[in-house]
Amino acid sequence: MTQEFDGVGSVDAGPIPGPNPESNPPRALDTAGLQALIDALVTRGYTVIGPTVNGGAIANAPIRTIDDLPRGWGDEQDAAHYRLRRRDDEAFFGFAAGAQSAKPVFFPTDELLWRGRRAREEFRGEFTVQPESDGGGSEGTAGPGPYALLGVRSCDLHAIAIHDRVLTGRVHADAHYAARREDAFIISVSCTDPAGTCFCVSMGTGPRPEGGPRVRFDLSLTELLDGGVHRFVVEVGSERGADVLSDISALPAPIDDLAAADGVATSAAGRMGRTLDTDGLKELLYTSVDSPRWDDVASRCLACTNCTMVCPTCFCTTVHDVSDLTGEVAERHRVWDSCFDSDFSYIHGGTVRDSTKSRYRQWMTHKLGSWIDQFGTSGCVGCGRCITWCPAAIDITAEAAALRGVPQSARPY
Amino acid sequence: MDSVADLPPGGAATLIRPDPMLPRPFRVHRVHQDTRDTYTLELEPTDGAPLAWLPGQFTMLHAFGVGEAPISISGDPSRPDRIEHTIRNVGSVTAALVAAGPGTVLGVRGPFGTGWDVDTGRGGDVVVVAGGIGLAPLRPAILELIAHRADFDRVVLLYGARTPEDILFTDDLRAWAERDGIIVEVTVDNGQHAWRGRVGLVTQLVTRAGFDAARALALVCGPEVMMRYAAQALSDRGVRPERLRLSMERNMKCGVGLCGHCQLRELFLCVDGPVLGYDRLAPLMSRAEL
Amino acid sequence: MQTIAQYLPEHPFFAGLDAATTNLLAGCASNIHVRADELLFREGTPADHFYLLRHGRIAIEVRTPGPPMVLDTVEDGDVVGWSWVVPPYLWTFDGRASIDTSAVAFDAACLRVKCLANPLLGYDLMMRFVRLMNQRLQSARVRLIDMYGGTNG
Repeated sequence: MTQEFDGVGSVDAGPIPGPNPESNPPRALDTAGLQALIDALVTRGYTVIGPTVNGGAIANAPIRTIDDLPRGWGDEQDAAHYRLRRRDDEAFFGFAAGAQSAKPVFFPTDELLWRGRRAREEFRGEFTVQPESDGGGSEGTAGPGPYALLGVRSCDLHAIAIHDRVLTGRVHADAHYAARREDAFIISVSCTDPAGTCFCVSMGTGPRPEGGPRVRFDLSLTELLDGGVHRFVVEVGSERGADVLSDISALPAPIDDLAAADGVATSAAGRMGRTLDTDGLKELLYTSVDSPRWDDVASRCLACTNCTMVCPTCFCTTVHDVSDLTGEVAERHRVWDSCFDSDFSYIHGGTVRDSTKSRYRQWMTHKLGSWIDQFGTSGCVGCGRCITWCPAAIDITAEAAALRGVPQSARPY
Repeated sequence: MDSVADLPPGGAATLIRPDPMLPRPFRVHRVHQDTRDTYTLELEPTDGAPLAWLPGQFTMLHAFGVGEAPISISGDPSRPDRIEHTIRNVGSVTAALVAAGPGTVLGVRGPFGTGWDVDTGRGGDVVVVAGGIGLAPLRPAILELIAHRADFDRVVLLYGARTPEDILFTDDLRAWAERDGIIVEVTVDNGQHAWRGRVGLVTQLVTRAGFDAARALALVCGPEVMMRYAAQALSDRGVRPERLRLSMERNMKCGVGLCGHCQLRELFLCVDGPVLGYDRLAPLMSRAEL
Repeated sequence: MQTIAQYLPEHPFFAGLDAATTNLLAGCASNIHVRADELLFREGTPADHFYLLRHGRIAIEVRTPGPPMVLDTVEDGDVVGWSWVVPPYLWTFDGRASIDTSAVAFDAACLRVKCLANPLLGYDLMMRFVRLMNQRLQSARVRLIDMYGGTNG
């Protein structure tokens, strides 16, 4: 299945013309070259964010040198299972999906929307509102922008494109997300070692980053270590990428390395840990409202919201209004929320989705089904994080397969 | 708002004005208590620029330091200088809103959502079925019908309230029946002895009302249980599902389709609704906990 | 004004009955009038009739320590009263005219005799009352939800 975006109202965080293939062939970089690339970005004022080892997992953080990267680390992932393991080589990117995607960089867990101040003269008088849409209102954990993301996987690249559509490509746009996305520089990497929960091939989102009109990278790396020579093939995906690359010396990549890079992608595609049959999946979900399978998964689901927190495409939020003790200064924050939360669907008179069963059904039907009607693509990019980080080992691919196996109800809906 | 696809090279942030999450200040001009727990606020913009809105739309009303709630606009669409909101006190935010006396400044975001589109009822009968506070979002549609009364045949309002003391807009109801050519039937769930009117479900009024169902436009608003039964009764009478509109309600945190709370399967009720046709809604209302 | 025998066949409650049957029923019926505020029937008294309202409104009331509560109203064209079917044949609520009301009153004793003599007629009549009771029960149950005012509506 390939992911197609319909062209209606689709987003651009600024048009980035594609590179000219003749003048921008793939280049080669060694490990010193990778450091030079990071330095070049820092010199240009970017905060560089990349994978690091933290707390027994791969987590994104601001980095400054290649030693900050998880050199020589790999991972093991399965349902409710995540472990780091020592590799027998010095690969920088020899693991699959980290604990978090790029989501928190552009869409922080807590974003200050505005600050308001009430006039002191009257208790109930005027109040003025100070917008915080300059992208600097909340720094989250990433520091001030603009951001250069190093090591974005193809699945997460597709997720960024999905967020672009959801958050800036419709009638109303999220000003804060747009501000953070603007000027962001993206260096993606091709996966060499997919994990046990990966299924990007089923979703048409990897394992190799393919630049396109919506799913864009500035540069994309494929890491090669054969023959004892540690190097990267660097594909140029934009004028901006070519421009940054011109700051450092990078010769065109040898033909053999281009073939090796292709080989890496082919090999990774053949080692997916999971598969998901997406054929007719939306209709299946729409007609499975009464399936007994939902009771089965509900008996295991804790509604802990882990899946929505680690999912790179989930976007639900709520607002927190806080004021100081004098009541004269108030702030409105946008914070992450989850459809698994018990109050998520509360209206006066009761909660619409009260049972865990209804909430799991909502999440899965939305992610794999109604998302398509809303945004033109599936909401799932096959990164597998929801499977890895579910404490109850619930596997969305297994649930989809189980739904297929259950006889359909006679009603069309 | 401009299409985001028309952005200049400068980027998205420069054209996302006004930010739909920033409230505009409106001052409370007048507060009228309708019933024991329901109040109508009249608001005027502090900067004088009137709000352009359609019957059926809502705003996110913000009480400083307390929070926001989605409230349907309940006033006269031909008078945009002041906007009216009829609010029922059911929680901390609505309590703060109804307590806002004249002169208080509230924040307004919007208007948001789809409208009743009364125009499409021209040349036929219009049946309006309201339950409880549901009469408030329908009031602008009724006023629009009255303003163009000659364009419609029979206009029937069927209104159910909890008790006689909970009936809203009693002066309007009388004027609409006596002066504006609207057939007004009111019923209550139960009443005290002094009540001489009907007691029973508003859906029972649907069965009895005189209108040409095949050519009618039906507008329904009230608690979801009431809307479900009323829509079924109207449908049984022969009103075509695509000409039967309901105003749906769900939890809303943004009003602009970004927070995800108001989703009803593939529909975002703040953008695709809240007014939607029964042809789309019927399957979505037939199951619990969707 | 029509005679009862002319009126009954046109009425939806008796739809489908042949002329002989409606005449039979008409034989148990008479016209009555109740002024506004007058009681048509009182709780606890023998339910000797059921009524088919031609014009007006009957409020079904329950006596309380305060003013009576109106639980339901019966409009023109509707039927009120099925206590005559259920032993011990006593009215369970008060029925008061909200406005001047005219109705056709059916004598219960007369009808019970005819139903015993003609079980098919009895079955048919009971099914019509079952439908009526079903409608009223559904209406009452939905109103119990208190959806306009309660916290679980």
